[in-house]
Amino acid sequence: MPSTLFDKIWDFHLAGRRVDGRDLLYIDRHVLHELHAHHGFARLEKEGRAVYRPDLTFAVQDHTVATRPGRDDGTNPSGTAFIKAMRDGARRNGIRLFDVDDPEQGISHVVAPEMGIVLPGATHAVPDSHASTVGGVGALAFGCGTTEMTHILATQVMALARPKRMRARLDGRLGAHVGAKDVALRLIAEIGVAGARGYAVEYAGSAIAAMPIEQRMTLCNLNVEMGGRSGFVAPDEATFAWLAGRPYAPKGAMWDRALAYWRTLPTDDDAEFDHEAVLDCSSLEPQVTWGIDPSQVVGISDRVPDLVELDPARRPAAESAFAYMGVRPGMPVAGLPVDRVFIGSCTNSRLPDLEIAAAVVRGRRIAPGVSAMVVPGSSSVKRAAEAAGLDRVFREAGFFWGESGCSMCAGGNGDRGAPGERCVSTTNRNFENRQGPRVRTHLASPATAAASAIAGCIADVRQMFPGAA
Amino acid sequence: MQPFTTYTGIAAPMLSDDINTDQIAPVMHGRGLQEDYKTTLFYRARRRPDGSENPDFVLNKPRFRNAGILVTGNNFGAGSSRESAVWSMLAGGIRCIVARSFADIYRENCLQNGLLPVVLASEAADAFAARVLAADGAAPFTVDLVRQRISGPGGADIMFEITAADRMRLMEGLDDIGLTLKHIDEIANWERRAAAAQPWLQTARDGR
Ligand code: SF4
Repeated sequence: MPSTLFDKIWDFHLAGRRVDGRDLLYIDRHVLHELHAHHGFARLEKEGRAVYRPDLTFAVQDHTVATRPGRDDGTNPSGTAFIKAMRDGARRNGIRLFDVDDPEQGISHVVAPEMGIVLPGATHAVPDSHASTVGGVGALAFGCGTTEMTHILATQVMALARPKRMRARLDGRLGAHVGAKDVALRLIAEIGVAGARGYAVEYAGSAIAAMPIEQRMTLCNLNVEMGGRSGFVAPDEATFAWLAGRPYAPKGAMWDRALAYWRTLPTDDDAEFDHEAVLDCSSLEPQVTWGIDPSQVVGISDRVPDLVELDPARRPAAESAFAYMGVRPGMPVAGLPVDRVFIGSCTNSRLPDLEIAAAVVRGRRIAPGVSAMVVPGSSSVKRAAEAAGLDRVFREAGFFWGESGCSMCAGGNGDRGAPGERCVSTTNRNFENRQGPRVRTHLASPATAAASAIAGCIADVRQMFPGAA
Repeated sequence: MQPFTTYTGIAAPMLSDDINTDQIAPVMHGRGLQEDYKTTLFYRARRRPDGSENPDFVLNKPRFRNAGILVTGNNFGAGSSRESAVWSMLAGGIRCIVARSFADIYRENCLQNGLLPVVLASEAADAFAARVLAADGAAPFTVDLVRQRISGPGGADIMFEITAADRMRLMEGLDDIGLTLKHIDEIANWERRAAAAQPWLQTARDGR
């Protein structure tokens, strides 16, 4: 019977079915972070249980680590207890930890694929809702809660109800300076913040086939912002080339065997989905959010919507968004003055993201009064960027160049904006107060964020490259 | 986990859609490993910008201070997987959330902790919301998971759907890990099968 990528991975990983009807799905790679891990270790120890497969479990320090050069455990005092508890817990349980000073430390969703820890056709879980980022290499990933994390530590399986299958068909060639972030924001705007709830989402279509792996990860990262727990792209030759030689990827004859298997993973031609969403990307322009949920999105040359243009059900939310964001219905989004720009997070902190931003700022200066920072997603990304001279480009333009971590994505490390500031951010959530009390967040791509830092206002990056569009 | 069979208490209306985890329980900076979950619950909405209590917030009103049932709109709990967004509910005395729909991870976190997530379809949700507004905290409602119905002032009983599996877990307060460990032999068998079919999945070593 023809079957989808999702069904192939799910069916292979089915270890049993519980009396309550839940499928026990084996988790091949489990990655912990310091914000939640200590709860799990404490509970297991209290109950006298052990970590079942420490060899398939990894840990990172990412949510609370400071970004200041020369940082240590104490640089962000509110993170110190978490960092130490993570370190002690990992040591007690024999878990490989990417510690604060590890040359490969970084955000879990960046580190796991770049180290080859996650692989096509593998299952993956992280106690962070953006776990599906690694769907970009064809893995089936689940963001999980703390109790679920503890369950995986003790059993290496998740007890899940099988989701339905959705395909998001993204066709057309992307224009210049338009990328996966713009595609994802448009898709969320079209199908809404709950449009993928209950579904596992396969991204397919000609726009995906042409996307570099890092961009596929950006797209899969934002899957949860439309309510889907897992989102992925079928692995192809580009995926395999990207993974080959990574430290934890299989080697030699084992690689060849894995490769032969991975080539059987893509969805069969006549396999069925429960739902299909379609987006033509060929005329897409850079996108930016104007409100306080990731579906409140417009194109860069567009205007904040008038209430009458909105579905009546969405009007109350829009009204609170206008007030919080300090925007008026009908006003253009481009030109809104910005105080702060953040380039980073598991959404947009990989090397190509930084290259795109650097190409915009090279030889320019950020506008007076703007504070701008770049935080690489991993220490490896940081090293590679420095080898290419990108750190100099950013610093010379007036950006802060930080050590890797989650930073201003949720502000858990103390990097936050001041009340009332307007911030263009390459992160994934524009919820109220997320980047600091009363901070107004506009989600956008690295290109748009970089252009806005230079212009001092929300800007159309295409206008900075005359003749290129 | 505390079992849930039936609960009688005050129902508080918070009828907007898309209430997210950052609103329910913001990340509290500098609180250390042991958070005070009760304080975290709706931390910002409970306070005015100067830090004083916001008397207009529903759970601050005297009638709703002891509410145990929260009545809300669509897509409740969108956002983070942080379980503090469920623990803070329980610490604040909320035992049941009645919504038009829940975000996936949030609903799962509710089930893991014995917080009953009830989904009502559109018409029943409209009717129930109207009754909760009319009762205005003066009379309690009863949520009966055994009979899958909500009863209280202002009308007939309202039936709700929940899968038999989720209902059983909540009613028995089943320890999820214990339940799964009954299958530990099957899990070990799976590992043997995987080691033969896709051996690269069963080892994760730095090959440098
Ligand atoms: S960057 Fe943000 S979304 Fe990503 S793992 Fe860190 S806190 Fe979570």
